[in-house]
Amino acid sequence: MEYILETKDLTVSFGGHVAVNGVTTGFPKNQLKSIIGPNGAGKTTFFNLLSGQLKPTKGEVWFKGIDITHRSPDARTRLGIGRSFQITNVFPNLTVLENVRLAVQSQAGIHYQLLFHFKKYRKLEERAHQILEKVMLDHKSDFLAKNLTHGEKRKLEIAMLLALDSEVLLLDEPTAGMSLEEVPAIIEVIRGLKQENRTIILIEHKVEMVLDLSDSLMVLFNGQLLAEGSPDEILRNERVQEAYLGGLHDAS
Amino acid sequence: MIRKLTAPPIWYGIIAAILLILPLVNDSRSTLILMTQIFIFAVFAMSYDLLLGYTGIISFGHAMFFGLGAYTVGIWMNRQDESLFSLLMAILVTVILCALLGYVLGVVTLRLKSHFYAMLTLAVAGLFQVGAEKWRSLTMGNDGFTFSIPEWLMDRQLFYYIAFFFMVGGFLLLRRFTLSPLGRILQAIRENEQRAESLGYRVLHYKVISNIVAGIVAGLAGLMYGLALRFVNTGVFGVDITLDGLLMTIIGGVGTLVGSIIGAALIQIAHDWLTDLAQVHWLFERWIILFGIIYILAVRFFPQGIVGSIQRLADRWKERKM
Ligand SMILES: Nc1ncnc2c1ncn2[C@@H]1O[C@H](COP(=O)(O)OP(=O)(O)O)[C@@H](O)[C@H]1O
Ligand SMILES: [Mg+2]
Repeated sequence: MEYILETKDLTVSFGGHVAVNGVTTGFPKNQLKSIIGPNGAGKTTFFNLLSGQLKPTKGEVWFKGIDITHRSPDARTRLGIGRSFQITNVFPNLTVLENVRLAVQSQAGIHYQLLFHFKKYRKLEERAHQILEKVMLDHKSDFLAKNLTHGEKRKLEIAMLLALDSEVLLLDEPTAGMSLEEVPAIIEVIRGLKQENRTIILIEHKVEMVLDLSDSLMVLFNGQLLAEGSPDEILRNERVQEAYLGGLHDAS
Repeated sequence: MIRKLTAPPIWYGIIAAILLILPLVNDSRSTLILMTQIFIFAVFAMSYDLLLGYTGIISFGHAMFFGLGAYTVGIWMNRQDESLFSLLMAILVTVILCALLGYVLGVVTLRLKSHFYAMLTLAVAGLFQVGAEKWRSLTMGNDGFTFSIPEWLMDRQLFYYIAFFFMVGGFLLLRRFTLSPLGRILQAIRENEQRAESLGYRVLHYKVISNIVAGIVAGLAGLMYGLALRFVNTGVFGVDITLDGLLMTIIGGVGTLVGSIIGAALIQIAHDWLTDLAQVHWLFERWIILFGIIYILAVRFFPQGIVGSIQRLADRWKERKM
């Protein structure tokens, strides 16, 4: 199988605590692979290693055949790995539109232009509006990001990721904290992305939600890769049953 | 903060017209000098605002650029003849030196956490001050020196206009800079550095660019200051210059260039006024004490400054209408 993104023996520890422990796995091109596991399993930490926010204590990250273990987060974004954050991470005192426009601007490669007025780049703004429409946030485009509700901030977070238009998308619990009626629309956005032939890596705490969306799943438990495979295989896997799915109902 | 100032351009026009007419109706020496100082410090404060208000960089040593500009023009005019050409060369040298200093300082120290950076800038500015004191052959030490400038520049009224257009030019350039795509990235960095990084922006590059631009502008303000006084001493590297810039920016409203201009006017007028009051009571001479009090009050009760608060009121009003 051809992997666009791979990890080899990826490990990181904080003091004595090993948060991600020897994870070797790969993410097939143009597929959606979900990462599941209980709270504190190391899912977000694993993302931080993929996107460069954290440097591993051991192991490697490879993207399209190059070792990117020591590349900075911004370099990885420019290579084509975009991510969204579980804990909302936006520009609070900028408008919703500007938050997204900045992502569009980065994607368009306009990094060091200091002579023209930013409004000259009408296309960027139009594109930002389109993306906001997609996540149903366009009516709030003039609001400061900090004045959004929690669920709206989550949508903005996703909009910023979409704006990056990257080959690989890392989504960290995109629907966490959204109200129930908002969730299906976001799932549809993700399904739409899948049809655009992109590689998507999706962290989700609630397994039922991603089963029919995922081409494959991997289960993290105590920082270790417990199992991976197709949704069916994961459901039938005994170790997963014991460690995670069995306790699912009281855990979530 | 992202919203543009709500004041209609007509206001800018009226104020500019008043300032243009002022020297014709009131040509008292002290007024012209005060206004000239306001214009020059407004540019210095705007350059500080670029760092603090737009990029989120706290510097306690911004006077190093100001002093570098003042000393450059002084030393240059002293060693060369006092022609326009020498002056233009002094400007060029100031720009080059400040750009270099901004670059080196930025690359070496802007990786640091912000409070370390603030401390380091304080130390570097202190080094410049000590250097200016010790390198007597070049700087005449602590007492400083006077120097000559082109004859026509000594006309107070003409210099008033030059300083005025210096401020207007500085404002327009910095405004364009902050509204450019790159300027927008600076604001993103101020808001959330890590997020700007994960959008693919090389944060350090932008901080260094901001530092260089702020450094050049502050250096030119220092050069104008030197020209206005025709005298320079180690005070131009002093902490109080930086603190003045800081206070002007905060009182006027960080992240609003206009605020820096208003802040500069208020602080300079207060300075002037307190110097007069010093004859009444010695306490008024202790500018630094009053600075501390104003600073605490401003940060406590008025964190967005004058322009920031006005903008917020206007925003609220607009939202209520919606
Ligand atoms: N920067 C950090 N410093 C110390 N411990 C951390 C850090 N980041 C995560 N951890 C720890 O690593 C473990 C995994 O956390 P996380 O990756 O957030 O889990 P998940 O996303 O699966 O819920 C937790 O025990 C957490 O406390
Ligand atoms: Mg998590």
